[in-house]
Amino acid sequence: MTNAVLQIVALTFRYEDMQMCFDLDVERGEFVAVMGPSGAGKSTLLSLIAGFEKPLAGRVVWEGTDISTWRPADRPLSILFQDNNLFAHLDVFTNVALGISPSAKLNDEQRKVVATAIGRVGLTSYAARLPGELSGGERQRAALARILVRRKPLLLLDEPFAALGPALKKEMIELVKELQVELGLTILLVTHDPLDAKVAASHTAFIHRGRILAKRKTEELFKSRDIPALRDYLGET
Amino acid sequence: MTRFLSLTALILWLMCLSAAAGTLTIYTYESFVTDWGPGPKIKSNFEKQCGCTVKFVAIQDGVAILNRLKLEGASTAADVVLGLDTNLVAEAKALKLFAPHGLDPAGHSAPGWTDDVFMPYDYGHFAFVYDSDSLKKPPESLAELVEGGAKEKIIIEDPRTSTPGLGLLLWMKVVFGDRASEAWKTLRPRILTVTPGWSEAYGLFTKGEAPMVLSYTTSPAYHMIEEKTDRYKAAKFSEGHYVQIEVAGMIQSSKNQKLARKFMDFMLQPGFQDVIPTSNWMWPAGKTSKPLPKAFDLLIKPEKSLMLDPETVARNRKAWTDEWLNATSQ
Amino acid sequence: MAQRDEPVDGHRTAIVAAWVVTFAIAAIAVVPLLRLATSFDSPGAMSLFEPYILGILRFTLMQATLSAVLSAALAIPVARALAKRQHFPGRELLLKLFAVPLGLPQLIAVLGIISVYGKEGLLNDLLAAAALPLLPAVFGLKGILLAHVFFNFPMAVRFLLARLETVPQENWRLAASLGFRPVDYFRHLEWPNMRLALPGVFSLIFMLCVTSFTIVLTLGGGPQATTLEVAIYQALRFDFDPALAARLAGLQIALCALLLLLLQRFSVSVATPPRLRISVMRPDGDDSHGRLFDALAILLGGLFVAMPIGAVLSDGLGADFGRLLGDQTLWRAAGWSTVIALTAALLATTAAATLAQAIARSDARRASVFRLAGNLVLLIPPLILAAGAFLIVHQNFDPQKSALFAVIIINAMMALPFALPVLEPAFRTSFETHERLAASLGMRGFSRFRLIEWPTLKPSFALAFLATVLISLGEFGVIAFFGSERLITLPLLLYQRIGSYRFNDAAGVALILLLLCLALSLLIERKMLFATRPPA
Repeated sequence: MTNAVLQIVALTFRYEDMQMCFDLDVERGEFVAVMGPSGAGKSTLLSLIAGFEKPLAGRVVWEGTDISTWRPADRPLSILFQDNNLFAHLDVFTNVALGISPSAKLNDEQRKVVATAIGRVGLTSYAARLPGELSGGERQRAALARILVRRKPLLLLDEPFAALGPALKKEMIELVKELQVELGLTILLVTHDPLDAKVAASHTAFIHRGRILAKRKTEELFKSRDIPALRDYLGET
Repeated sequence: MTRFLSLTALILWLMCLSAAAGTLTIYTYESFVTDWGPGPKIKSNFEKQCGCTVKFVAIQDGVAILNRLKLEGASTAADVVLGLDTNLVAEAKALKLFAPHGLDPAGHSAPGWTDDVFMPYDYGHFAFVYDSDSLKKPPESLAELVEGGAKEKIIIEDPRTSTPGLGLLLWMKVVFGDRASEAWKTLRPRILTVTPGWSEAYGLFTKGEAPMVLSYTTSPAYHMIEEKTDRYKAAKFSEGHYVQIEVAGMIQSSKNQKLARKFMDFMLQPGFQDVIPTSNWMWPAGKTSKPLPKAFDLLIKPEKSLMLDPETVARNRKAWTDEWLNATSQ
Repeated sequence: MAQRDEPVDGHRTAIVAAWVVTFAIAAIAVVPLLRLATSFDSPGAMSLFEPYILGILRFTLMQATLSAVLSAALAIPVARALAKRQHFPGRELLLKLFAVPLGLPQLIAVLGIISVYGKEGLLNDLLAAAALPLLPAVFGLKGILLAHVFFNFPMAVRFLLARLETVPQENWRLAASLGFRPVDYFRHLEWPNMRLALPGVFSLIFMLCVTSFTIVLTLGGGPQATTLEVAIYQALRFDFDPALAARLAGLQIALCALLLLLLQRFSVSVATPPRLRISVMRPDGDDSHGRLFDALAILLGGLFVAMPIGAVLSDGLGADFGRLLGDQTLWRAAGWSTVIALTAALLATTAAATLAQAIARSDARRASVFRLAGNLVLLIPPLILAAGAFLIVHQNFDPQKSALFAVIIINAMMALPFALPVLEPAFRTSFETHERLAASLGMRGFSRFRLIEWPTLKPSFALAFLATVLISLGEFGVIAFFGSERLITLPLLLYQRIGSYRFNDAAGVALILLLLCLALSLLIERKMLFATRPPA
């Protein structure tokens, strides 16, 4: 099992009373849904991978290198939250530009890259708007444009479409899948909605009380009968 | 509506009056009625004698008392007003609220004051108090203070906002007359700061910011009696010292005329006067039953008490304040 | 800028309530002013535009502008350092300490400052021990600025910090993941957010300094340092010319209103959702970037505030507590101080919340009316408020019995401007975030406030309530006017003791007042923030 591009090895963390310990292997190009009840530690897992929280023990390995002591910015990943993915006082263009340079000062070529990315997510005519003037779906598209220009191989999605309506959500998932193909992304999607996993993910991991109980092909996982916690979660007894 | 309100007020007022029979209401300044001020003892001494109740209404200071009377006019609840100083007397008289006291206008020991409406109960002289630890050779006259150069700073109070400040303004005027403006200009570099009131000035002085502060000749008595130190002394000036006399008067419209007159008479008796020196830190204006504490013997006694008559002060205060402002502002 | 929906039905009550508050403020503030202006003939000793007044006006505006600019500018690095470094020892204590200057009477603050920077102060002792040249005297403009910054800089830090703490967690994480350097954090996150709070903070400090009196005269070094407030005081007290005093107050109000309106142009609305959690884990929290700078900012800012407070404390320790604590008056004063401060703060915070929620629902023009109503009270000198209120009370009620109410109401009025700059942005943000949802659920009125605004705005309420409590605790002018033998507060007691040479007692009372400030600030923030911390 050395094909894994991302290995999470005994990654340990403690939040109040809950002790968590994660193990997970992800292969290049996989779209993995991380599914489980709320409070199971889904978002914490992403925070640990992204470097926002420091683990007590364990490793995060990317392409054979332990990155668990790296600064968030140095890690080969982008992250998309449910909300507040944009800086409220900066227009869409500048928000995307931050993906190339934290000073948002770009040369002509870089500006072209930003404009293209904004075009790719269908927001060309919104480039000069502030986030407050966009709808929820448009805001997430703008954030995706920034992910485009960052060109990081791993994408972490922390329930980014949970607040959107079904049609919009489907549309966004399609867009993410297209980007995955174009950029060759490996994706982890945190969700509490089994439907998301079925629609989007090639693989699904089930997380329960701070442990990853299984990671299988999505249709296999939903069929499997050997994990009682999963059956409870899905409401199939 | 207004008529209804004033009618209600009138009824309330009458109700208060009837309830207050045998109660003498005295407006005075705050430090007079605090626990360690003269108020509590004087109240009990007088109550024993008159079989009545004394009610003090404490108002910030002399100026505030006067303003309170102006706001209240004839509807004032006061029977006696205690704590105006001579500089406020002209304005107080102009209110036409006060009645003659009917006592001997000269039956007191305050210097240079005879008046049939306002009776003195204590007095003091303004003086520059210095810290003898840091100032070995204090000036011996106002002229010497003015010309002494900027090395030893002084803290003074603002004549626009405080009684001692106004006192110094008048003191300078008496001593230097038309040359007062020149004198202020000469003094200016020596002034560390001009504070709004006595508390700020004396506070800075005790913190050691300047070796001299404008206060009273009696200030050292407090330090000697309460703090057992003779470090702080008043500088005696050869021209004489400006005097502050504190007076009381009776309200004409008071329903307690008799009681009020009784109090005015009591004011110059030992029952009142004994309390003054060590609680108001001023010189008594009447007889005390026993000699003053020794510390008072050690205080400087001005050769001459300087004072301008209240009408002159009232007439010229504005012009003299402007003159002071021009001379001391940069 | 966020688009606002046209007022729907549920807004009417909110707006009406705010109008009621506005008119109540106007009645309590302006009626006494007019009453004073028209009740007495002016001796006509002074006109409004003589050179004396113009000179004072120039000085007033100059020192207030400088004080406000300095306080706000110095607060910026300290607030951002405190927001970033959540975990150094003593942080909580430092924040409590930053609340204290608000509650100190000006005279005590001046004496505290003198104990540190004065001729025989702490710094000069240290300099002398090190054989270094001594500090120049603190009097003059620099003394005024020093004292004003001491009073207002810590408040500015608290207000800016409160604003920074509303930045959503995701933004900080995003910044970390995008590789922001400290300068990028400042440009893209810290500055834009602090900038939202700055106009409010600046105008509050500016107005406080315009009306400064004791500090300006005491440390000013001479009559060239005089504010309009001094002229008003002079007009009302020494010249007894209420009409002139009212006109001067009118001039002061008009000028500052103009300035406030100008400043409002700089306040921009950006929606950032309110948060439930109190402390954000900043991914860059133990970053070594700028650690030295942050440490220096916190250390210097902390020392600047702590040293004069420490001086007040150590002066106070010299008092004879055996006698002082046995004195009934002290306990009565402490009791009244607490009662008046808490009641006035409750009133002020309620009024401010009423205005704030209406401002959030109003267009720019109506919002500025409400905002002015909440701010301008600060510009009416307490002496005038008190004198006017006294006149009304005296003519209509028994002054002895209504004194307490008058004191509480005037205190509440004067505290209102401290609550508004905290609550206004908070309500606006909450409104922009929740409005559609709340409207769609048909939530209205108090139940909406209880379920939506209160939980998310609790931190803002705590800060607003704290600021108003402290400002009432330190208040002196009004109580001096209404106080009687029975009604006495700690600041009044303190001035009384000084008035009869008892500086030692006064220092002890100051110490007790200081401890009361600390205790109340501890209690308020504990009760309102931590007891109800949502489960994770």
